[in-house]
Amino acid sequence: MYEIDPTRLDLAEEFRRKPYGRHSAELQRILNRMRTEPFEGHYVLLRDGRFGPYRLGQLGATPADPIAPTGHVFTSVREAEWVVFKLRWKRLTGQDLALD
Amino acid sequence: MLKIVGYTDRPSVRPGEGLAFKVSCEGGAAEYDAEILRLICGDDSPQGPGFKSDPVAASVNGRYPGRKQRINCGSFGYVERGFVTHDHTGGFTLAVVIQPTWLTKKADQALLACRAVDEPGRPGWSLLLDAAARPVFELSNGHHDYAIHLDLAVPEKRWSLIIVAVAGSSVTISHRLLTPLPKEGAVASMTAPFPFAIPRTRGLPVTIAAELASVEGERLFTTRHYDGKIESPLIRPWIDDPESVGTIDSLFAGCYARWDFSQSIGSQDIVDASGHGRHGRLVNLPTRAVTGHNWKGQTLRWSDRPDLYGAIHFHCDDLHDMQWETDFSWTIPADLKSGVYAARVSCADGGEDFLPFFVLPAKKAPKAPVAFLASTFTFMAYANSHHGYEDALSEVCYGALLELGPAEQFLKERRDFGISLYDRHRDGSGGVYSSWHRPILNTRPKRALWNFNADLHVVDWLTETSQHFDIITDDHIHAEGVELLRDYRCIVTGSHPEYHSTEMLDAFDTYLQNGGRLMYLGGNGFYWRVATHSDLPGVIEVRRGEAGTRCFELPPGERFHSFTGEFGGLWRSNGRAPQTLVGVGFVAEGFDENSHFVRTEQSFDPRAAFIFEGVGRDEKIGDFGVLGGAAGYELDAADPELGTPPHALVLARSVEHSNVFLLTPEEMLAGFPGADAIENPKVRAELVYFETGTDGAVFSTGSITWAASLCHNSYDNNVARITGNVLRRFIDPRPL
Repeated sequence: MYEIDPTRLDLAEEFRRKPYGRHSAELQRILNRMRTEPFEGHYVLLRDGRFGPYRLGQLGATPADPIAPTGHVFTSVREAEWVVFKLRWKRLTGQDLALD
Repeated sequence: MLKIVGYTDRPSVRPGEGLAFKVSCEGGAAEYDAEILRLICGDDSPQGPGFKSDPVAASVNGRYPGRKQRINCGSFGYVERGFVTHDHTGGFTLAVVIQPTWLTKKADQALLACRAVDEPGRPGWSLLLDAAARPVFELSNGHHDYAIHLDLAVPEKRWSLIIVAVAGSSVTISHRLLTPLPKEGAVASMTAPFPFAIPRTRGLPVTIAAELASVEGERLFTTRHYDGKIESPLIRPWIDDPESVGTIDSLFAGCYARWDFSQSIGSQDIVDASGHGRHGRLVNLPTRAVTGHNWKGQTLRWSDRPDLYGAIHFHCDDLHDMQWETDFSWTIPADLKSGVYAARVSCADGGEDFLPFFVLPAKKAPKAPVAFLASTFTFMAYANSHHGYEDALSEVCYGALLELGPAEQFLKERRDFGISLYDRHRDGSGGVYSSWHRPILNTRPKRALWNFNADLHVVDWLTETSQHFDIITDDHIHAEGVELLRDYRCIVTGSHPEYHSTEMLDAFDTYLQNGGRLMYLGGNGFYWRVATHSDLPGVIEVRRGEAGTRCFELPPGERFHSFTGEFGGLWRSNGRAPQTLVGVGFVAEGFDENSHFVRTEQSFDPRAAFIFEGVGRDEKIGDFGVLGGAAGYELDAADPELGTPPHALVLARSVEHSNVFLLTPEEMLAGFPGADAIENPKVRAELVYFETGTDGAVFSTGSITWAASLCHNSYDNNVARITGNVLRRFIDPRPL
C-alpha cells in the first residue's frame, strides 16, 4: 500500500493550487489513496441549494444508512476539496498539514 | 426534500394524442399551479446561457388541488384466485424453492401468502422468513394469530426447499438445503399443533414474494417484501412426511396450483402448470430469465433450456409503474410545434418540478430538414441513479468529491422512486429494468449537466441559430424504424446517445445507406444494447455482461434479455461496434477537467473543407465552454479494426487530458501501468467525418462535452462554427 510522506508539502501545495486536471504522478498517488477510502466514513458533499452552500458529510456503513454531516460548511467545491484533503492527510499520516 | 414531483404517462407524443400528468405534493401543499412550457435551455448555472423557455397557452394551465400520492415499491407475484382447496379438513401443503439474497436487512420476508385484506385481522396464512431468517408459517382466523417457526436460519445465496404441511390440527414445517456442505445437516423440520380451525381462505388471492396489505381499485399495496430468487411455488394436498421430500419435482403431481416460472419467461405472466388455470401476473418487474436451482452452466441462454431458468428474482426496490392518479390530461394541439416540453408545477411552499415530454410532428405534417434525437432510452437507463453515492470508487473515478444535491438527497431517502440501470438493488444484484412511469429526477432542466439537461444545449443552439428542427425520440425510432428517419435530411443527436435497440441500429444503418446524414454530437454513444417489450411501453431492459464500463456485471447465465432473448451487453460484443455506424467508439472517460481538440492533417483534406470554413489552421478547438472544454467526460475515437470505414477522416484529436482519464476496460485485454491520459495516446477523443451509401454522411464529435461549448461567446466560437458548417452542408441536398 502506498504511504503518504508527510514531509512532501510540495505535493499538498500542488493540490491546493490545482485540485482538478493534470497532476504530478506523485500527487496522483496521494489522491488515489485518499479517494479510495472505505465506503463507511467516505466524505461526500451535501448541496442544499442550486449552487451551494455545501455541507460535508460521511457515508454510513451501507448505502441504506444516512449520511452524517460533519459540521463543515463551504461556499465552493474547491474550498471543500482542500479541507477534505487536509482531513485525509491527517488521518493517513497522523500529522496535521501545516500549510495555512 | 423536494416538495412537488410528477411524471407523464409516456415520454413522447404527437399532435392529437393525449398525455396524462401525475403529480404528488410531497410537502403537503393543498394546491399547485401547472403551466406548459417549451424548453429551450435548462442550464441555469452561472457560466451557462441561463434557463430559457417559452410559455404555451395550454388549456391545462391552471391551479389544481394538491395531494400526496402513494407508491407501492417492491416486486411480487399476484394470483387473484390463488387458493383453491375446497375442504380444509384434509389439510394442504405449501412448497417453494428459494435462494434469499438479502438476509442482513433483518426484516420479515414473505415467500407465499394468502390473506383477506378486506376483513379485520386479515385472516389467512403466510409462509415467510422472519428477521432472523428462520422459516415461519403464520396463520390467522381474523381473531387469533398463530405462528410456527423453524429454529434454523436459512443461508443466504444458497438454494433451500421449504415445505409446510398443514393438517387438521397441526403444522409441519421443514427445510432442506439443496446443496449441503460437508457435515452440514441437510434437513430440519418441526411439527406443532395449532389452537384453532384453519381459516377459510378459498378464493383469496395468493401473493408471491410479498404479503398483500390493501387494495385500492387496480392498485395493490404490499408489505414484507422478499429479496431473492423463488422457484416453483406450489399448493397441493397434505403430505405427512415433508422432511422426506428430496426435490420439489416429486410434489408436482396433483397440485391445486403450481406456478412454473420457466414458462412465459419473456412476459409478466406467471403460469399455473397444475391444470387448474390459476394463472397470475407479476407486479413491479422482478427479474426474469435468471438461473434456477438446477442450472450448472449447461447453457448461458435461457431460451435454450427454459427448464433451467425456473426462478424469478424479486427485489424490495423493484418498481414498474407508480400508478398515480392522473391530475390532468392534455390532448396535444394540432398546431403545437415539435419540441421539448415540460409541465412546470409549483406550489406555495417553494416546490417546483418540471415534467418533461417530447412532441414529435404529426406523421403527415411537413417536416423540418433537421430532427434532434431525444435519447429517451438513455434517460430511462440513468433514471434516478444512485450509483454515484452508493459506490465507494466513484470519487476516484470522477476525480472530484461526490456531490448530492437536493434531488439526490431526496432519492437517497426515497428508495421507492426506484433505481436506475446503474444501481445495485439493496441485495447487491444489478438492476436490469427501468421505467418512465415515475418521476425521473435526473431528467429535468436546472439539474446536473448530464443527458437531458446537457442535451438541451443542442436544442438551445439550434434555437438561437434559428434552425428549423423537429424532435424525434428513441422510443419512436424503435417503434417506427427508418420510416421515421427518412423524412429528415439530417439527424442530430444529443451529448450522450448511449442506449439503442436492434431496431434502432437497423433504422440508422438503412437511413445512412440511403442518403441520410447523421451528426453525432456526443460521446459514449451507441454503446449498450437495449430490449423492450410490446406489453410494457415505457420500459427498457439492459443486461450488462463481460465488457464495458459498468457498475456491476450480471451473473453468468443471466446476460440474455428476458424481453427478446437477445444477448445483452455492449453493441461491440454483439458485432455492431459504434465505429461501424458513426466511425468512433468509446475509449476513455474522466470527469475532473475537460480539454480541447487540435486539428489533424486529415482536416485539410478537400473533402473536409466545408467543415473548417472560418477555422484557423492552429486554432485550439473548444478550449472553452460551460464544462471547461469541448473534449471531456466520455471520449470516443476511431478504430478501423472495430469498423471505422477506411475512407473516414479523423479531423481533430483531443489533447492534454488529466490523470483521471483512463482507458475503458474493453480497451485493455490485461491490466497494465500507463492507462491514463498522461501516458497513453489512446486516451483521446476524435472528430470524424465520412460519407456513406448513396450520398449519406456521418459527422461525429466523440465527446460528451462538445455540446456544452456551443453557447460560448454568444454562440460565436469554433465549436459552434464547425457544428454549423456541418449542419448547413448536411441539410443541403446537393451531393457531398
